[in-house]
Amino acid sequence: MDDILEILESNARISFEDLKKLTGKSIKEIEKAVKSYEKKGIIVKYKAIINKTKLKNEQNVVALIEVRIAPQKDVGFDLIAERIYRFPEVKNCYLLSGTYDLLLEVSGKDIQTVAGFVSEKLAPLSSVKATATHFMLKKYKEDGIILTKKDKNQRLPITY
Amino acid sequence: MIAKHIKKVSPSGIREFFDLVLGMPEVISLGVGEPDFITPWRIREKAITALEEGLTSYTSNSGLLSLRQGISEFLNSKYSLNYKPENEILITTGVSEGLDLALRAIVEPKDVVLVISPHYVAYPALAQIAGAKVQYLITDEKSDFKIDLKQLKNALSVKPKAIILNNPSNPTGVHYSGSELAKIWRLIALSGALVISDEVYDELTYDFKHVPFTALDKKAKRKTILLNGFSKGYAMTGFRVGYVCADKEIISAMTKIHSFSMMCVPIVSQVAAIEALRAQREVADMRSQYKRRRDFVVKELNRLGFYTPKPQGAFYCFPSLKKFHVNCLDFAKKLLFQEKVAVVPGKAFGDEFDTHIRISYANTLDNLKEAIIRIERFIKALK
Ligand SMILES: Cc1ncc(COP(=O)(O)O)c(C=O)c1O
Repeated sequence: MDDILEILESNARISFEDLKKLTGKSIKEIEKAVKSYEKKGIIVKYKAIINKTKLKNEQNVVALIEVRIAPQKDVGFDLIAERIYRFPEVKNCYLLSGTYDLLLEVSGKDIQTVAGFVSEKLAPLSSVKATATHFMLKKYKEDGIILTKKDKNQRLPITY
Repeated sequence: MIAKHIKKVSPSGIREFFDLVLGMPEVISLGVGEPDFITPWRIREKAITALEEGLTSYTSNSGLLSLRQGISEFLNSKYSLNYKPENEILITTGVSEGLDLALRAIVEPKDVVLVISPHYVAYPALAQIAGAKVQYLITDEKSDFKIDLKQLKNALSVKPKAIILNNPSNPTGVHYSGSELAKIWRLIALSGALVISDEVYDELTYDFKHVPFTALDKKAKRKTILLNGFSKGYAMTGFRVGYVCADKEIISAMTKIHSFSMMCVPIVSQVAAIEALRAQREVADMRSQYKRRRDFVVKELNRLGFYTPKPQGAFYCFPSLKKFHVNCLDFAKKLLFQEKVAVVPGKAFGDEFDTHIRISYANTLDNLKEAIIRIERFIKALK
């Protein structure tokens, strides 16, 4: 991966000025590269990772849902997936190999909301053969970042 | 009460400064001589498993044969070096112990040991403790802290018993290429001196392939004690594992001392080191992060007016304070009090380096960026 992408992936808020210092490229070059990454959809979005368990008043339930799809004549997975990922409740949607076909991440303000989505929107689709809903109990790690526990670093501040 | 030759070993003149830093909370420290990374997980996990399996005993004095075999194979595949695990490799408690053993095994009273300055602090101290007389070869920023061959020839005329080389170097980050080493070796070979080559930073080189001193030719291999270890490249300082590769006669003498004074390196650490040899992807990842930090810090320091030769290895640079007309200790103290940024005064690495500081970029980019902002503010106030 290009330097610029690597740095942005770990810190999307870094300024072009700092990117210039870190990569040795000119601001013009950086701007051009970033624009082109955005245009090509290589950089999709800039967002913050929020540890919602630390927000006291925020209620949020996340479920991973396995979906088995009934194969239909002339309809590919992509079309069926589209019917499903268009629902705004679906945060992530992946096609998988193995015992089921799609894996969805769905979130809502409580269990009823998520259960309602499954029973009223997802399960009734004719292409959906079966679903299994797993409610998430605790997040340990997200996007490569450990959320629950930090490594201690005991380095002395000055050594030879 | 204390032996004279120990008393004579001067305590570092900047001990007091170190205490100041240690007593100050929330400092951004560019004074750290170890990686900011925690040991890669796969290595830590092996150490945990070793304990679960009950590996709590001594090992053979030389170290676990499987670790020596691992090192032998690693050096062979990486550098085409041939060291026999049975009698040409010794596992030590870090490079620190390897250095101590090497000097004690070869130095007799009144022997001269040649040290290149600026130097890692332990070199002259351990040489003196072993009974040697230390002679310094001073390098300067005019040659970007590389050894001047004429000067080396002169220094060798006193027939030193050994010369200690550090490649890549702490505190300058100098990294010698194979052809530079060959020129240095040509002179040393004529003098008959032994070489102690501390290559503990060999995994951390950024611009060209590292050449171990013992890879130069057969005679260089016979006359050189190669020191290396896992502290820096593998971020394993706390494990305390190093190794020595040398002629079997030298290894046998060093093992003799080691078997009485240390017995062996802790077994858990040795097991972790075996795993470390397989963690090359993790090492490469850390290396690429150091490189990015180096490029940033060195460019910024030069922009601020500190003449700073570009280091090609380790994680240090050695900027000059000449433009600011202050000595290193004043600079370091004021920077610490005014801006809470710690650096190591150059004097720690040789009396001649009163107008230098050592900056370690083993720190996060965010910290380095903030440190540069603070240093810039500080030198503006200096003027
Ligand atoms: C040049 C040099 N040699 C040796 C050492 C000691 O390393 P170890 O942890 O292997 O004893 C250090 C550590 O700072 C060093 O910088």
